[in-house]
Amino acid sequence: MTITEKILARHAGRDRVAPGDNIWVDVDILMTHDVCGPPTIDIFRREFGADAAPWDKEKLVIIPDHYIFTKNHHANRNVELLRAFVAEHDLPYYYDPGTPSYKGVCHMALAEEGFNLPGSLLIGTDSHTCTSGAFGMFSTGVGNTDAALIMGTGKLWLKVPETMRFVFEGSLPPYLMAKDLILQVIGDIGTDGGTYRALEFDGEAVYDLPVHERMTLTNMAIEAGGKNGIIPADEKTFEYVRARTDREFEPVYGDQDSRYHTLKTYRVEDIEPLVAKPHSPDNRATVSEVAGTRLDRAYVGSCTGGKLEDFVAAAGILRGQEVVVDTYIVPATTWIGKQLHTTRVEGDTLYEIFERSGCKLGQASCAACLGGPSDTFGRTHGTEVVISTTNRNFPGRMGSKNASVYLASPYTVAASALSGVITDPREVLV
Amino acid sequence: MNKTIRGAAYVVGDAIDTDQIIPAEHLVYSLSDPEERKYYGRYALSGVPQGQQGLPYGTRPFTRDDTFRSAYAIVVGGSNFGCGSSREHAPFALQEAGCTAVVAESYARIFYRNAVDGGFIVPFESIERLVERVRTGDFLEIDTTLGKLANRTTGEEFLLKPLGDVAEILKAGNVFEFARQAGFMPT
Repeated sequence: MTITEKILARHAGRDRVAPGDNIWVDVDILMTHDVCGPPTIDIFRREFGADAAPWDKEKLVIIPDHYIFTKNHHANRNVELLRAFVAEHDLPYYYDPGTPSYKGVCHMALAEEGFNLPGSLLIGTDSHTCTSGAFGMFSTGVGNTDAALIMGTGKLWLKVPETMRFVFEGSLPPYLMAKDLILQVIGDIGTDGGTYRALEFDGEAVYDLPVHERMTLTNMAIEAGGKNGIIPADEKTFEYVRARTDREFEPVYGDQDSRYHTLKTYRVEDIEPLVAKPHSPDNRATVSEVAGTRLDRAYVGSCTGGKLEDFVAAAGILRGQEVVVDTYIVPATTWIGKQLHTTRVEGDTLYEIFERSGCKLGQASCAACLGGPSDTFGRTHGTEVVISTTNRNFPGRMGSKNASVYLASPYTVAASALSGVITDPREVLV
Repeated sequence: MNKTIRGAAYVVGDAIDTDQIIPAEHLVYSLSDPEERKYYGRYALSGVPQGQQGLPYGTRPFTRDDTFRSAYAIVVGGSNFGCGSSREHAPFALQEAGCTAVVAESYARIFYRNAVDGGFIVPFESIERLVERVRTGDFLEIDTTLGKLANRTTGEEFLLKPLGDVAEILKAGNVFEFARQAGFMPT
């Protein structure tokens, strides 16, 4: 069995499962946020009773992150609804906006708070819940109804997916990031190439990546339609987890004779800096093919591109220079926001570098990655051409359906912010 | 699920993602409050760009600006319908607009699951591509037991794929009834 099949078998109480089996699994963690939490709670109350309590307080994590810094009345009301539910049931894992406990983007917050545990099974009301798979665990996104069922029973039905395995061999060149690797895969298989399947990532170039960068690979499994993305845990994973939690975990690994739907091997030295052109994450081009494309805006942020490593990469290029297009910097979490003031590149803090370069700095949240209410930081309103470290560029994703969004690595976004046109990072990296 | 589903068709293209089905800025409305939930009907499929709204015409909105219900009951789409986010607001918005079924070549899995588990709309898969065979406004009739779609406007008939594993959930009504039957929820 593959790692995905073994984790699902364990959570279904079975010795074996095979792709195509429909099984009921026990959920270790259910995560929800401010957009899907309130409707999930409504359905939960409708089905289990107005006074029903969640199945296990220790396993429910509520992380508001989508529409936080907005004057939108309905959005703020939704956070109030979460607050009231948390108070009613005295839930321990809630990260309240406007207080020191506020975190920001849920997928990064789950990692930082130690909820991602090798071998475990995590379900969230967000399609990018597959991010957690970077810790050698099964994780996937569901809707409000499925989340309400879990909230009441701790259980969910799942169809066991086939696995597509992507092996990255070689040593990552200094101008590439995890974003380039995953854009390569999505360009190869398309936005539905992984539908109903697990996407497993492996190989020395993957294990060389820091844990946060691995999360960029699993984060975008959903952009190929994948059910989950997964990277078997190693010492780096264990070290990351043990530094953040004393919860116990039991890692799971695939068998030698695992059966795969697809096995594809890449030499990372052969991969070029890539973009996904408008309006689809699989609309791949090399940066050199689209170099010179005029831009109105650059954006560094989100669960896939707003991590500390992403800002270190961008700062290395921006340091000592000025951006020529509006450039937005949005840390995924408040922890990352704090690190901007303490992490240095050649003596300067990241914050100093971004400020002196003329970037606009925002507060930790999903922000303009998914558009959001009209006053959202960095949201598009017209025909802007944007280059962004985010993960999705379907029409209207960043707000305006007349805007055009190119997805790229923080290196490529930073290099392009300096020139105002899409620029190969190899031209500016020394 | 009714034996027969009928109504006017609304035709869209490939990879209609959840931002096109219901743009993220509208996700702030309650799905249970009777006054607020109407807005999901108003804004359903409002993210589809001009030129692709109601094929082959391209400029026909799914729900007219001054209304909360659509004149179209069956959405016909291409491949990977419902890709993108996990928002259940997407199949909910279609239902709230008065849509009862989608017929697409293929679906993104979370949208498909949400449609079935919540009992919002029935997601049929067509065997052949119908985007060029059906025009927005054509009158369609789906025989859900025989798995056949008839275009009453053109007289053409098309076979649909069997619903397979999810037929039991659709028959139960939603995933909660299914879970009760499986013994995971008190009846």
